[in-house]
Amino acid sequence: MSRAEPARLAVRKTYKLYIGGAFPRSESGRSYAVTSSRGEFLANASKASRKDARDAVSAARKAFAGWSGATAHNRGQILYRVAEMLEGRRAQFAAELTEAGTRRAGAVVDAAVDRLVWYAGWSDKIGAVAGTANPVAGPYFNVSSPEPTGVVAVIAPDEPLLGLVSVIAPVIVTGNTCVVVASERAPLPSITLAEVLATSDLPGGVVNILTGSAGELAPWLAGHMDVNAVDLTGVTDRSLAVACEEAAAENLKRVLRPAALSFSRGGKGSGEGKGESGAGGTDWFADPGTGRLTAFLETKTVWHPLGP
Amino acid sequence: MFEYAPAPESRDVVDIKPSYRLFIGGEWVDSRGEERHKTVNPATEEALAEIAWATEEDVDRAVGAARQAFGAWSRTPGSERAKYLFRIARIIQERSRELAVLESLDNGKPIRESRDVDLPLVAAHFFYHAGWADKLGYAGYGPDPRPLGVAGQVIPWNFPLLMLAWKIAPALACGNTVVLKPAETTPLTALLFAEICRQADLPPGVVNIVTGAGETGAALVGHPGVDKVAFTGSTEVGRLIARSVAGSGKKVTLELGGKAANIVFDDAALDQAVEGVVNGIFFNQGHVCCAGSRLLVQESIADDLLDALKRRLATLRLGDPLDKNTDIGAINSAAQLARIRRLSDLGEAEGAERWSPVCPLPERGFWFPPTIFTGVAQSHRIAREEVFGPVLSVLTFRTPAEAVEKANNTPFGLSAGVWTEKGSRILWMADRLRAGVVWANTFNRFDPASPFGGYKESGYGREGGRHGLEAYLDV
Repeated sequence: MSRAEPARLAVRKTYKLYIGGAFPRSESGRSYAVTSSRGEFLANASKASRKDARDAVSAARKAFAGWSGATAHNRGQILYRVAEMLEGRRAQFAAELTEAGTRRAGAVVDAAVDRLVWYAGWSDKIGAVAGTANPVAGPYFNVSSPEPTGVVAVIAPDEPLLGLVSVIAPVIVTGNTCVVVASERAPLPSITLAEVLATSDLPGGVVNILTGSAGELAPWLAGHMDVNAVDLTGVTDRSLAVACEEAAAENLKRVLRPAALSFSRGGKGSGEGKGESGAGGTDWFADPGTGRLTAFLETKTVWHPLGP
Repeated sequence: MFEYAPAPESRDVVDIKPSYRLFIGGEWVDSRGEERHKTVNPATEEALAEIAWATEEDVDRAVGAARQAFGAWSRTPGSERAKYLFRIARIIQERSRELAVLESLDNGKPIRESRDVDLPLVAAHFFYHAGWADKLGYAGYGPDPRPLGVAGQVIPWNFPLLMLAWKIAPALACGNTVVLKPAETTPLTALLFAEICRQADLPPGVVNIVTGAGETGAALVGHPGVDKVAFTGSTEVGRLIARSVAGSGKKVTLELGGKAANIVFDDAALDQAVEGVVNGIFFNQGHVCCAGSRLLVQESIADDLLDALKRRLATLRLGDPLDKNTDIGAINSAAQLARIRRLSDLGEAEGAERWSPVCPLPERGFWFPPTIFTGVAQSHRIAREEVFGPVLSVLTFRTPAEAVEKANNTPFGLSAGVWTEKGSRILWMADRLRAGVVWANTFNRFDPASPFGGYKESGYGREGGRHGLEAYLDV
């Protein structure tokens, strides 16, 4: 009689890095085991090295001219396309997030899609909101407009999809390019997100994603002389945050300090820590405001004489 | 060249005391330290007055006074804070001749510039920010943006009173209190400003002035009671400050060095471009962070432009800063003169060709003739480092793309100039230049309504305009 068919063995995905639009392994050959919230083995993720970080920075630099030179309309279209691709993979992300221990994973994916759509719309509006026509005391045309800062290194929060999307989208929608260090604990959704990015008409190198140890990679990125700004949102260790801020001083990088660490001063409350939930973490479902957009914008002011 | 009779502005209008104390909590107080130094007139090396170099303890007292004043000042309605600033603006206008003469004496800049550029801008800066004090809810930072607290402000010697205005006016308009340290070589107008605060009945402690050098500045920036650090000066010191505040949560704005390209295309109005290039690098003896210190000229007109430039330089008058006909005044200090000489010597050693007009220099004081280097390569130190003096490096280019490439080939990003009659090219260039201020067919224009500040290693944050308010608000 018929015997029971042996259960089909699943074909597992190899999780690699995302650099310059390609998916290389770490040049170091290193990897680390990623487990589910229940402790089961999920995959070996690449453990990016200093060299991988440098490669990612040069890919981001190379992509900057084209991406910052694209029209705001075009960047908005592409971010919206990312949202569409993410929506199409809703079930896959929900499953990955559930394994990573995220509760209400479906709602988190929905929020991530919505966040992308929200930021996509900002591409051709931030200039109107952050720019000014300046009435100077003389016969001059004078106008200030926001421009992208350049290459931004982002230490992503341990909120594997919604947090990740919420830090990447505001950086790139204005024309910056970035190198992102994904959540060390739950890196797999970040690489699946890279697959979404790679199929959304986003030029290679605009977003580069490294998995591995933030403690190891963040200081290199903060000290890299071809990085213009660093977003320390995902840094939870106070001494690491301070070390990164010190390293960033070398070429005067713009630094977005981590909200989760209390750098607020004298009980007056400073900019940091706004929108925090009671547990000390950021509430990623909350309205993000424009702060993450403006943190990585420069203001350029152009003068020209008036005359007949 | 015309002969000019001397036309000195009288210095009787200023009353310089033999020595000055610190201005803390609305009073003149003695420093707890012993160290005192003379501030000299760089045009004559004559000692003008003795100033205290504030100690850590003095800085602590000043921050304490500012903290004590903060509560009431930040609760003062914006419309009332505005009136104090309007008052200050008016007193500056009333005493502008006195301030201009004092500035030229202590700094060495020509009276024509302190009188016609610095002082009008100082008054305008207070007037402009006064108007913001009761309109902050409309500035785009939320309905009721709050001040930060105590601002520690360190300013340079090139535009002493103007930099004070750029720092103090927005800080006070936003409801902060300040401790300001002027540069050790140019403290006198800041000390006179303290008197102006008293004439305006500004509440004690809202503005505190501590004099001193780098150690005083470091004590101020590092003081735990300071919520906001604002610095204008060298990139080198800016780096130290950025490093020292790491982990403190202090909000920081830095306005640092530059190596601006002034780019002249072959279709530019040549005479206007020459004036712009001269103004770009020889204004204020080149002691300007946004100075157009690299001239990028299109190869096809390089010879014509250089000839015209040299003819024009031969007419510049260098000498007594208080003479109303003087174009180029004194270098601010012996140390700065040594730096300019060292970098200029390096320029020659590295193979660039040096030229200056015939220009007799006064026997006493610190002087450097207007100087042009041709045959400069991008790798030369005079093309890369900020000289902060009347020294222009000339490079050439063939295409607009090459001009952009060369202009952006610097770690700085403060300003840039473009000279062409073609509108689309101006906008194309302005788009691609990585600099916070782009002057097209003009140069070195400033206005309180116009944001100023740099990209890259020229620092972060903006001063002036709606954008400048962000630096002093808790946003």
